[in-house]
Amino acid sequence: MQLEYFLLTAAALFCIGIYGLVTSRNVIRVLMSIELMLNAVNLNLMAFSNYLDPVGINGQVFAVFVISIAAAEAAVGLAIVLSIYRNRDTVDMEQFNLLKW
Amino acid sequence: MTLAEGVQLVTFGLLVAMTLGGALGVVLLDNIVYSAFLLGGVFTSMSGLYILLNAGFVAAAQVLVYVGAVSVLILFGIMLVNKEQAFVPMKRAWLGKAATGGVCVGLFALLAASTLNTPWAVSGQVPTGDMATAAIGIHFFTDYLLPFELASVLLLIALIGAIVLARREFIPDVAPGDPASEALQLPERPRELVSSVSASDPES
Repeated sequence: MQLEYFLLTAAALFCIGIYGLVTSRNVIRVLMSIELMLNAVNLNLMAFSNYLDPVGINGQVFAVFVISIAAAEAAVGLAIVLSIYRNRDTVDMEQFNLLKW
Repeated sequence: MTLAEGVQLVTFGLLVAMTLGGALGVVLLDNIVYSAFLLGGVFTSMSGLYILLNAGFVAAAQVLVYVGAVSVLILFGIMLVNKEQAFVPMKRAWLGKAATGGVCVGLFALLAASTLNTPWAVSGQVPTGDMATAAIGIHFFTDYLLPFELASVLLLIALIGAIVLARREFIPDVAPGDPASEALQLPERPRELVSSVSASDPES
């Protein structure tokens, strides 16, 4: 087992998340892609924590912080999605143009 | 982790296959409910990877927070906005998808190259293992105390903000003129659907 395996896995997961973030039409799928990217970052932090800093484990502390922030982000994101859905009656990203002039 | 090297490798391969396959399913499947359940599978296999990395506490937190809270929250979100909607195909959508795919593959190649070419200073010390929970607690209450408290405040803010944002807006039919009941209410106003203007439009 080597550090590089985990880093490559995290990189692949991050790229899949970016692809889903950019190409999805459904707004909830966009939120899911953001969660995938946060998980990739967490995997990176944990791999570095285990292989480069196995006694101090600062990376695990950061991963716990990222998990808590991600939970808050999911709650607020879904609330915003519900609010927009009530306003616009759609979940299509292409029709969310409220901030356009 | 006291498993043999081969067992670790096979477990790692299985978990990575589940993670990446599930992530591809999340992004590419048409039915969004399948995507949400696959997302739960991705989170679970990520916690397995954390256990391989000698981090039992974070693996448990991952299962509790992600599988238990975030996946369920997303499923609730899907069911609350459950709308059978055929998206209007965009012009030249394949061009955007191809460009995004190219960018993602390029980014992966870049990250992989930099990963494989960096001489990592891998530490030879024995990992903390099951004592990691105590070490995380010590970190939280000594050198990461301020971020810890800020995270708790942020969670409170997010809780209240999510409730305020997602609360259904309605016109309260309370008899006006009662200041005691009005003082307990947040100001709400009726709001017309923006899309009701274009209700005859078939695409909305």
